[in-house]
Amino acid sequence: MDLRLLDALPTDAERDAIDAVVGEADGASDRVAHADRTRRHLLLPALRAAQLRVGWVSEGALGYASRRLSVPPADAYGVASFYALLALEERPADLTHVCTDLSCALKGARVAPGEHASPCLGLCERAPASYRTIAGVAPRELQLPESGPPLPQAGDSSLRLLRRIGAGIDPTSLEAYVAAGGFEQLRRARELGGDTVIGELKESRLLGRGGAAFPTGVKWEAVAGQQAQPHYVVCNADESEPGTFKDRVLMESDPFALVESIAIAAFATGARKAFIYVRAEYPLAHERIRNAIARSAPHLDGIEIELRIGAGAYVCGEETALFQSIEGYRGEPRNKPPFPVEVGLFGKPTAVNNVETLFNVLEVLRDGGADYALTGTEGSTGTRLFCVSGCVERPGLYELPFGATLRELLELAGSAPPKAVLLGGAAGAFVGPELLDLKLTHEDTRAAGVTLGSGVVIVYDERAELVPALLRIAEFFRDESCGQCVPCRVGTVRQEEALMRLAAGAPHADERETLAELAQVMRDASICGLGQTAANAIESAIVNLGVFA
Amino acid sequence: MTTTLIAAPKRMLDLTVDGQAVRVLEGSTLLDACRLAGIDTPTLCYGDTLTPVNVCRVCVVELEGARTLVPSCSRKAEAGMVVHTDSERVRTSRKLVLELLGSSVDLSLAPEALEYIERYDAKPERFGADAATVAQDVKVDNDLYVRDYSRCILCYKCVSACGEDAQNTFAIAVAGRGFGAHISTELDVTLPESACVYCGNCIAVCPTGALMSKSEYDRRRAGTWDEASEEVVTTVCPYCGVGCNLELHVQGDDIVNVTSPDDHDVTRGNLCIKGRFGFQFVQNRK
Repeated sequence: MDLRLLDALPTDAERDAIDAVVGEADGASDRVAHADRTRRHLLLPALRAAQLRVGWVSEGALGYASRRLSVPPADAYGVASFYALLALEERPADLTHVCTDLSCALKGARVAPGEHASPCLGLCERAPASYRTIAGVAPRELQLPESGPPLPQAGDSSLRLLRRIGAGIDPTSLEAYVAAGGFEQLRRARELGGDTVIGELKESRLLGRGGAAFPTGVKWEAVAGQQAQPHYVVCNADESEPGTFKDRVLMESDPFALVESIAIAAFATGARKAFIYVRAEYPLAHERIRNAIARSAPHLDGIEIELRIGAGAYVCGEETALFQSIEGYRGEPRNKPPFPVEVGLFGKPTAVNNVETLFNVLEVLRDGGADYALTGTEGSTGTRLFCVSGCVERPGLYELPFGATLRELLELAGSAPPKAVLLGGAAGAFVGPELLDLKLTHEDTRAAGVTLGSGVVIVYDERAELVPALLRIAEFFRDESCGQCVPCRVGTVRQEEALMRLAAGAPHADERETLAELAQVMRDASICGLGQTAANAIESAIVNLGVFA
Repeated sequence: MTTTLIAAPKRMLDLTVDGQAVRVLEGSTLLDACRLAGIDTPTLCYGDTLTPVNVCRVCVVELEGARTLVPSCSRKAEAGMVVHTDSERVRTSRKLVLELLGSSVDLSLAPEALEYIERYDAKPERFGADAATVAQDVKVDNDLYVRDYSRCILCYKCVSACGEDAQNTFAIAVAGRGFGAHISTELDVTLPESACVYCGNCIAVCPTGALMSKSEYDRRRAGTWDEASEEVVTTVCPYCGVGCNLELHVQGDDIVNVTSPDDHDVTRGNLCIKGRFGFQFVQNRK
C-alpha cells in the first residue's frame, strides 16, 4: 500500500533504538519492502525502544516506526496514544510513576510535583510504591522500594507453588533450578505424550487462576484438536488488577518454572511458538524471564518463547485485548465468540494461560491429576495464591489450600479486625466482617455473591476510609476503559460522577437507582470483562457494607 | 482444464426470535434473523457495507443460555438459539446506552438515534447538567468537508470506510483511550496535512452529522439549509468510465450533496473526490 508518511525525521538515537528492534533498513530506497508488511507486531516494541532511549515518542520516532513497519501514521498514532506509558509529548528522561491505587493509598501514597500518578504497580506488599524510568543509552527502570518484606511463609515445607521461592533457590541459575528438580516435568510430559498430559489436567480439575476460573485441561484439549495451524501458547502475565502481585513474585523469583510450564503447554497443545506478555512496570521480571528463556534453550527442543512487554493498559490483561496488543494494535478486546482456542493470536488457535495457572501444571504432572485433586475442595482443587495487603502486619504472598477461610488467611497475615475486605481487586467485591468464615473457594465465594478473582485480599481496618477507595476504583475504571463500547466508555464516567456527588453529600434524587442501572447495563452490554465488572466493587460496598446508606 | 472450487453448501438454521420460528442461511447474524422476522432492531455502528464492529451496543439482544446480552449485528446465528429482542433486560440496556450517548454527544443531527431515544423513552438529561460531554470546536480545515466531533458517537464507521472496508487510505484512526478516545489523523494534524484523499466515504457512512460536506455545513450556518425541499436526482458520474451511479441532492437550483446508493454494484455507496465533490461546474452561473 502507498502510505503518506510523516515529514519529521527521527534523531540518530531514535533510529538506532528502533532499528535494534525491527532490524537495519537496507538504505537503498524509502519504499516499504513487501516483507515489512507482516511485521506490524513489532510496532509496540519499536515505540517502547524509542521511548526508553529518549524518554518519549517523538513525531520523528513515530513516523520512522510506522515507515519501517508499513503502518499508516494515523494508525500508529492511534496505537501510541492508547498506552498510558507511551508519551507523545516531550517529558523528562527521568520520571517517577507513583502508585495511588488501593493498597498504596492505605499506606499514605503521595505524588510529589513532577511525578506522575499511576494505577496499581503490583508492589502492594511494599506499599507505598513507585516505578521510575530513566531513559538513555543504558535505560534503567526501577521498582521502588527495590525490595520488600520476605516471603511470609518462607521455609514452610507445605508450600507447593512457592516451594522453590520458599527454599531460596537462585532465580538466575539454571543449574540451581535443575538441581531442585527443574525440567523433570517437561521430560515427563514428553514421555507421557500430549494427550495424557491433557488427561491428567482434566482429572486434576485445575481451574485458571487469572480470574475467570476456566478448566485448563478443557482449554488445552480444545486448542490441541484444532486443524488450523500454527497453534500458539500465550502466557498472560499482564497482571494489573489492583492489589495483585502474585505473578510478579513468581516471575521474579522462579522464572525457570514458568519457562518449563510454558514449554509443557506448547508441547501438549501442538504449538512451537509461545509468548509471555508481561506488563511494563515489572522490569525485574523481564530481566529474570529473558535470562531464564536464554539459559533454558537446551531443554526446550526448539520451542520458541518470546517476551513481550506492555505499555500501561489494564485492559490488555483481557485475553483478546492482549492478542491485539501483541499484534501491534490498540488493546481493544474482540467480541467473543469466536474464542481464543479457535481464533486467537494472529487469528490462530491459542492457549492463553495465567502465570499461576501454569505453575500449577507442574504440580499436576508431579502428583498426577488424581492426587493433585486431593488438595482443596471438590469444586476448587489444589492450592491458591493470595495477595494480601492493606491493614495487615505481614503483607505478602500466601499459599493456602482451597477451603481455608478468610479468617485463617487474615490471621496468618496479622490482620487487625477488619471493617471490610476487598476480595478479587477492583473487579471484585467488598465483604464485611460477617463473612470472615467464608471458605476461600470458587464455589463458596460464588454462593456468597463475591469472587476470588486474581487472589486479591485488601484489608480495611476500622480507621480506614472506604469512600476514597470507591472513588479510586471508579477513577481506575474510567481511566482504563479502552473506550470501544458505549456502556463502558460513558458508563464508567457516569458512575464516577454519581459517586463523586454521593461523596460530596450532594446526590441527585435517584442516584442509587442510577448506579444500580449503570451496573446492570455495564455488566449486560459491555464487550469485555472490564466493563462487565466495573461496577462490582462499588455496588458491593453500597449493598454489602451500606456505604452511603 | 479449469477447476472451479465450490464451497460446501450452506445449511439452513432454525432458531426462535421472540417466539417466531425463523430459518436463516448459515453465516447469517442474529440481526439478519431479526430482520427476516420483521423485527425492527436499532443499530448505530452497523452498516450494510461495513464489517460489524459491535461497539454501540444498541442492537443487543437476549440469547437464552448466554451470561450477557449479545450484539445482534455480529453474533452468528446457530441452530436452536432462542432469542428475545424486547425483554426487560434488552430494553433497559438499549435505553441506558442511548441515555449515555445522548448525555455525552450532540445527537441533534442523528435522526436514527433520536428516533430510538423516543422509542425507548430514554432520558439523557437524567445525568444532570454537569455530565461530561465530548463538546469541542468544529474542525473546518478544508473546502470540502468539516468534522464536528461534538456529534461523534465513536461508531468507527468512518475509520472502517477510510481503511480496509472501502478506501484503503488509512488517514484516520481511533486515538486516545476511554472517554478520551476520539477519531484523529496522525498527531491530530489537519486534513490537508494528512493522508486524506477527500473521497468523502467517511461522510457517507457517518450516522450523526459529525462529518458533513462544507456545502451543507455552510448552508446550515447561514440558515439556508432546506431539507424539506430537497430532491434526489439519479445520474451517472461523468468523470470516468467506471459508471458510478450518483444521487444528486438538490435544494432549489443547487446541488448540495452527492451520494451513491449502498446497493449499487460498482460503488457500494463509495465515490471518489470527483464524483462526490466535483459538481460545482454544473452550477457555475457566471
